[in-house]
Amino acid sequence: MEIDPLIFRLSIFVLSIFIGYYVVWSVTPSLHTPLMSVTNAISSVIIVGAIIAGLSGDSETVFNTSSIFGFLAIALAAINIFGGFLVTQRMLAMYKKKKKDK
Amino acid sequence: MISANLSAIFYLVSGVLFILALRGLSSPETSRQGNLFGILGMIIAVTVTFFSIGNFSSGFIYVLLFILIGGSIGAFIAYRIPMTAMPELVAGFHSLVGLAAVFVAISAFLNPAAFNLGTPGNIKLGSLIEMSIGAAIGAITFSGSVIAFLKLQGIMSGSPITFKGQHPLNALILISIVIIIYLLCSTQSSNLFWILLAVSFLIGFLLIIPIGGADMPVVISMLNSYSGWAAAGIGFTLENTALIITGALVGSSGAILSYIMCKGMNRSFFNVILGGFGATEQSASSQNKEQKPVKSGNADDAAFLMKNASSVIIVPGYGMAVAQAQHALREMVDTLKKNDIKVSYAIHPVAGRMPGHMNVLLAEANVPYDEVFELEEINNDFSNADVAFVIGANDVTNPVAKTDPQSPIFGMPILDVEKCKSVLFVKRSLSPGYAGIDNDLFYKENTLMLFADAKKMTEDITKALD
Repeated sequence: MEIDPLIFRLSIFVLSIFIGYYVVWSVTPSLHTPLMSVTNAISSVIIVGAIIAGLSGDSETVFNTSSIFGFLAIALAAINIFGGFLVTQRMLAMYKKKKKDK
Repeated sequence: MISANLSAIFYLVSGVLFILALRGLSSPETSRQGNLFGILGMIIAVTVTFFSIGNFSSGFIYVLLFILIGGSIGAFIAYRIPMTAMPELVAGFHSLVGLAAVFVAISAFLNPAAFNLGTPGNIKLGSLIEMSIGAAIGAITFSGSVIAFLKLQGIMSGSPITFKGQHPLNALILISIVIIIYLLCSTQSSNLFWILLAVSFLIGFLLIIPIGGADMPVVISMLNSYSGWAAAGIGFTLENTALIITGALVGSSGAILSYIMCKGMNRSFFNVILGGFGATEQSASSQNKEQKPVKSGNADDAAFLMKNASSVIIVPGYGMAVAQAQHALREMVDTLKKNDIKVSYAIHPVAGRMPGHMNVLLAEANVPYDEVFELEEINNDFSNADVAFVIGANDVTNPVAKTDPQSPIFGMPILDVEKCKSVLFVKRSLSPGYAGIDNDLFYKENTLMLFADAKKMTEDITKALD
């Protein structure tokens, strides 16, 4: 009997939860805010689904009900991707070590 | 057009890059590189999606257009947002992830063929289950985050909103969501799909309104986690590895942060999400309102105390964020350092409105991160320090958490400022903190209260030090 591909995806999912668990515990508490903003940005990889949805129409009718929701989702996810990564970058740039020569 | 197998490998690569992005955050030095890995992972995922669809017709232009619109809005916000508003921003971003997940699910439900999920009215069972779970969690994330955003922004009152029968009602709605999903999957009825979304929006709203302002660190982390699970649900529907990996990472990240925040308050997760904390305790504090003597002082007294100290520990709290006092604080510390006084900062895990809130504000004010310490690292140093300068914090220093088993905050880990030779409290008034309990420290012999706006007081002390 063949294994349902769903089981493989489930395995990826479960193992990723464990990876997430160990990786996040090693994040230093002082960077917890950037952690939240960057997880925000990467969870917007949902834009992949939004793009598929947006391009679901054919060449004559770009816009149908389904693709409009896709386009809206693209815009929302793009706000998050750009906003999330840039604000993280901005925050991380502020974390500096003590200057020795002072 | 590239093959499904090749694109799956690229999605795996971007998933791994996202893991590295989080890994980088283990230290500030590696964090910036980590963020670049994250960006690279996103670029790969988006590009591969374009190539795997292979449709570069007019629709493609619109996709780019919408990315451009969203991207400019996002970039604009990212550059303009003040650091003190970070909790609101993160809550706002969570709501967008939630809504995007809902929209993708709607789109997939209306046009399943585009996603290889079957035809309308005859969607593959597994996909429909995954889709409806993703949509429901996405909707909860959206409306919950909107409420969190409104509370943090001050548009909605931060105090808990409770009513009779709240918990039974919420439980009933949650059970009905499970039933609706079951019915939806057996009948494929589109009406049920819309009802599912409506009910999920409602429960997200109802779940967050009873939670008070100071519990927001838990709420934000929890919603962070939800947004991850929503993404994972959609990832299963789309059979997309990058989304599944990311969803799992974000989901567990948010869950761990919620756990850390709950532990910082010594409260169980359920105690926090059931809400109502703070509102019930106010009556207790008003009962014993006998007048106790308080020593209050001005900036000169504070400056005198600190000038004669050899080490000072600063304890910032939410009040510092509200007063935007972080820059003034750093200037004061610079003056102290010129006088050869050792200064360090002590951060309680739940100080502020989100995990790490204080650290970001201090970093913004150019405080080197190696002068900033977590509770466990610094708590033993209070007994050797001369002055504790508490600015905008209250409950996290309250010794009652150790002494009075009746107190609502009993057992919460606190910063031992009481062990310092003298304690300076910058506060607007004697009013109790969020938990509604009096702080014995205010009435201690070696405590000096500085009643003023945190920013103004800090600036005055700096002047007095010169």
